[in-house]
Amino acid sequence: MIPAKFEYIKASSVSEAIGLLEKHGDDAKILSGGHSLIPAMKLRLSRPEVLIDINGISGMNSITEDGNEILIGANCTHADIVNSDLINSELNILASTAKHIGDIQVRNRGTIGGSLAHADPAADYPAVVLACDAKIEVEGKSGKRTIPATEFFLGIFTTALAEDEIITAIRFPKVANGNYQKFFQSASRFAVVGVACVKDGNSVKVGVTGVAGTPYRATAVEDAYSGSSDAASHAVDGLEDELMSDHFADEEYRAHLAKVMVKKALEA
Amino acid sequence: MQISVTINGKTYAHDVEPRISLAQYLRETLNLTGTHIGCDTSGCGSCTVHVDGASAKACTLLAVQVDGCEIKTIEGMANGSEMHPIQEAFKENHGLQCGFCTPGMVMTAADILKNNPNPSEEEIRHGLEGNFCRCTGYHNIVKSIQHAAEKMNA
Ligand SMILES: Cc1cc2nc3c(=O)[nH]c(=O)nc-3n(C[C@H](O)[C@H](O)[C@H](O)COP(=O)(O)OP(=O)(O)OC[C@H]3O[C@@H](n4cnc5c(N)ncnc54)[C@H](O)[C@@H]3O)c2cc1C
Ligand code: FES
Ligand code: FES
Repeated sequence: MIPAKFEYIKASSVSEAIGLLEKHGDDAKILSGGHSLIPAMKLRLSRPEVLIDINGISGMNSITEDGNEILIGANCTHADIVNSDLINSELNILASTAKHIGDIQVRNRGTIGGSLAHADPAADYPAVVLACDAKIEVEGKSGKRTIPATEFFLGIFTTALAEDEIITAIRFPKVANGNYQKFFQSASRFAVVGVACVKDGNSVKVGVTGVAGTPYRATAVEDAYSGSSDAASHAVDGLEDELMSDHFADEEYRAHLAKVMVKKALEA
Repeated sequence: MQISVTINGKTYAHDVEPRISLAQYLRETLNLTGTHIGCDTSGCGSCTVHVDGASAKACTLLAVQVDGCEIKTIEGMANGSEMHPIQEAFKENHGLQCGFCTPGMVMTAADILKNNPNPSEEEIRHGLEGNFCRCTGYHNIVKSIQHAAEKMNA
């Protein structure tokens, strides 16, 4: 399978990449790890005329500590995250999530920025950035801005990124007590349902992926958490009409899985 | 686009079309047909090679993306007529049946053992998640990798 013809440009700076996006508009796409985009191009589900490779941009693949936060460059691969001592000790929930993305080869190429920008409804990181209250740092022709994770995902493969914007980094708070529970699709290893949970004293933040077209914060679970032993039963409250259904899991089974995985995450 | 790539220690320069995958480039331009194409959609791992020392699925990389990189393919594993210990272990432990998945299995095994010279059976199985054997010979593949680890640690 061979993708439709395109022009390939390797950008050497963020401003060059943004300039190219501005110039080519709809016809251009950013290429980072290529592990969502290239398969889609081979199947001709995506036919960009210009590919802007951002892998050579220096400074986009570092992981640094910034006070109580950790700043992760958008081009960091899943393997970089698994192998980072800083993330393992201060943001363990992210390292343990990355460890179960795809397989070794996928983790060696796929990036956190690419995964968030792609917004696959079965991707793992969305649940984690939501539960951690991470911030997505983006840059476009009108400058830089920071998008809270809770405002980033707008739907299936749809985010708050403007056409000329790229994700440059993701800013996480340090998280002491967090975990991610994943119910795997048996073949692809994507999530059928994934639940991230961050606990702080009597309060909890819960991010859910794979259940509705848009990953979400399970606020009904969070509200019920301190008073009720049955908080997980609220996992899909208010989303009854938005549940996804496919050959892995129909709506009823997904709703059930969501409750089971939330319960596991709360009790972990 | 003009690219220059070092493959199994030898540097090649070619003008390639951007839409050509690394797997196609290896097989069709360089005649290095040890890298197999099974699914061509990043699922089966039979196209696994090493890019700058890390395993990657060559069907899901564009040749232009590896401009300037060091690539190792299955053809670069043996030392002349002397098999790599992983290849030898596959031979001794019946780690292959039809052999289609084998180049990818060997390349992934090398990556597993590089990062974890003494993997448990479970770690090997977890490490092989991206490689399918259509003959379903997983049991002996895992055994081969365990034996390869012993040889390489000896
Ligand atoms: C076999 C297989 C199994 C997988 N299993 C899982 C899994 O279990 N869980 C999971 O979460 N994912 C899984 N994935 C997806 C994988 O994590 C991808 O790497 C990821 O979704 C996309 O990241 P990428 O860097 O490869 O992005 P690319 O494919 O390069 O890009 C994806 C999209 O994002 C855009 N983009 C990329 N970077 C940026 C940026 N910095 N700013 C703005 N836009 C950008 C691109 O234009 C494109 O539209 C799997 C993939 C494969 C092939
Ligand atoms: S041919 Fe590349 S993963 Fe199957
Ligand atoms: S030996 Fe036949 S596919 Fe693995």
